[in-house]
Amino acid sequence: MILVENIKKGFSNKTVIEDVSASFDAGKCNLIIGASGSGKTVLMKCLVGLLEPDAGNIIYDGVHFTQLNADQKKIMRRKIGMLFQGSALFDSMTVEQNIMFPLDMFTHQTKAEKQKRVDEVLDRVNLGEAHKKSPAELSGGMKKRVGIARAIVLNPQYLFCDEPNSGLDPQTSLVIDKLIKEITQDFNITTVVNTHDMNSVMEIGDKIIYMFQGKKEWEGSNKEIIFSKSERLNNFIFASEFLKDAKDMRMLEVKGKIQNDRDMDSLLNS
Amino acid sequence: MNIFSRLGEFLLMIKGMFTKPEHWRMYWKELMHQCVELGIGSLGIVSIISVFIGAVSTLQTAYQFVSPIIPRSVIAQIVRDSVILEFAPTITCIVLAGVVGSKISSELGNMRVSEQIDALEIMGINTKAFLILPKIIAALITIPLLVIIAMTLGIWGGRMIGDITGILPHEIYDRGLLDAFVPYNVTFALTKAYTFAFIITAIPAYFGYNVRGGALEIGRASTTAVVTSCIMILLADYLLAAILL
Repeated sequence: MILVENIKKGFSNKTVIEDVSASFDAGKCNLIIGASGSGKTVLMKCLVGLLEPDAGNIIYDGVHFTQLNADQKKIMRRKIGMLFQGSALFDSMTVEQNIMFPLDMFTHQTKAEKQKRVDEVLDRVNLGEAHKKSPAELSGGMKKRVGIARAIVLNPQYLFCDEPNSGLDPQTSLVIDKLIKEITQDFNITTVVNTHDMNSVMEIGDKIIYMFQGKKEWEGSNKEIIFSKSERLNNFIFASEFLKDAKDMRMLEVKGKIQNDRDMDSLLNS
Repeated sequence: MNIFSRLGEFLLMIKGMFTKPEHWRMYWKELMHQCVELGIGSLGIVSIISVFIGAVSTLQTAYQFVSPIIPRSVIAQIVRDSVILEFAPTITCIVLAGVVGSKISSELGNMRVSEQIDALEIMGINTKAFLILPKIIAALITIPLLVIIAMTLGIWGGRMIGDITGILPHEIYDRGLLDAFVPYNVTFALTKAYTFAFIITAIPAYFGYNVRGGALEIGRASTTAVVTSCIMILLADYLLAAILL
């Protein structure tokens, strides 16, 4: 579990994150959602240590990450995998070399052992045939899958995904979401996903944190989000007329099934 | 950002490079890769420039020597000392500041913008040590060697053109090369080469590593890096000459 306590972060007198506290559960897909400029990327960069928060604590399973020195942070980061928005694959390396790089850097495995591990993770992301391809030869979805494979090759305890579906078609987005969900459950990883994609919110959002203008506006699950009373959240999630209609239909469907508030509670807990 | 902030940031970058490598073999591999990229990759342009500089020096020196009192072998002495003291280290390094400097700056800038540097940081790698230090060490190894090659080819270019044009037969040229030769000049040239090698890798690395934005900023950083490196080379050239000669 990752705990965030009263995080603040600003740049040249402009506050970007203001007193955010949250928890991210182990073995779950934790989503940070919010409009552009709401501070979700800055929050994620603070979580992984790419940015130093101005105040507050970040605690990884009891370890105060913000209080570690540079060397201790380097060791801690080996437990963290991250998928970047643009995949951040190394252009000069093949897919196989990209995934093998963390193994080369941090393990003393034999070449055969490393190759076996690379084959395993590539199979896990359904890219068994892409070993010798360069990143330039891959589609957006394939790049994301290679990025996931590289992020999990060292068996991390924590996985961070920054907008994993950006630039992907809806079908490929679902594939990536499914993959993130499966990996989270299979390896019992604490996964934090930063997304705009409403499909992701509904499909994989075990826990959702909605950010608005640098503050945490709402927290709950994908089952609760449809019943949220937060106007800002509803405006963000159900932005289009189509989605508003879909929500109304879903509400009608739900209301038809329940008789009273107690039934509503049991539905939420189911 | 003012010049003092930049200088402070540059010094912090240099300080940040010196940590224990995560994996010695990977750093060694990167160093060898950079030696090939910077050294072998620049050999062609350095060779062409050196031969032509030597050849032009011989022709222009001969053109200015009209007095029959001055022996023709003095032309070779002037070419030798000009090439060793100035042309080989300074002109070669100014050209390399353009070739190598823009490459380093744009490579690191692109890695920064496409989050590849962040990806390395997340893995727990000291990116300053892994991406910048091997480039600087590779330059400190290969650029003095390139300067030695430039000296040899420059002098050879002068000899060749003297023979081809008939201005200066190679027997006289060779005799001139040996007359009043000061070995310290080579030491001085190599001191310049080491100083310039540091400048043409560390400054572009600083500008590339700290790029913020997109493609436009990468281009700007590359231009700034090359211009700053060239100015610093000329400044260092003057200071070294004033101090060491």
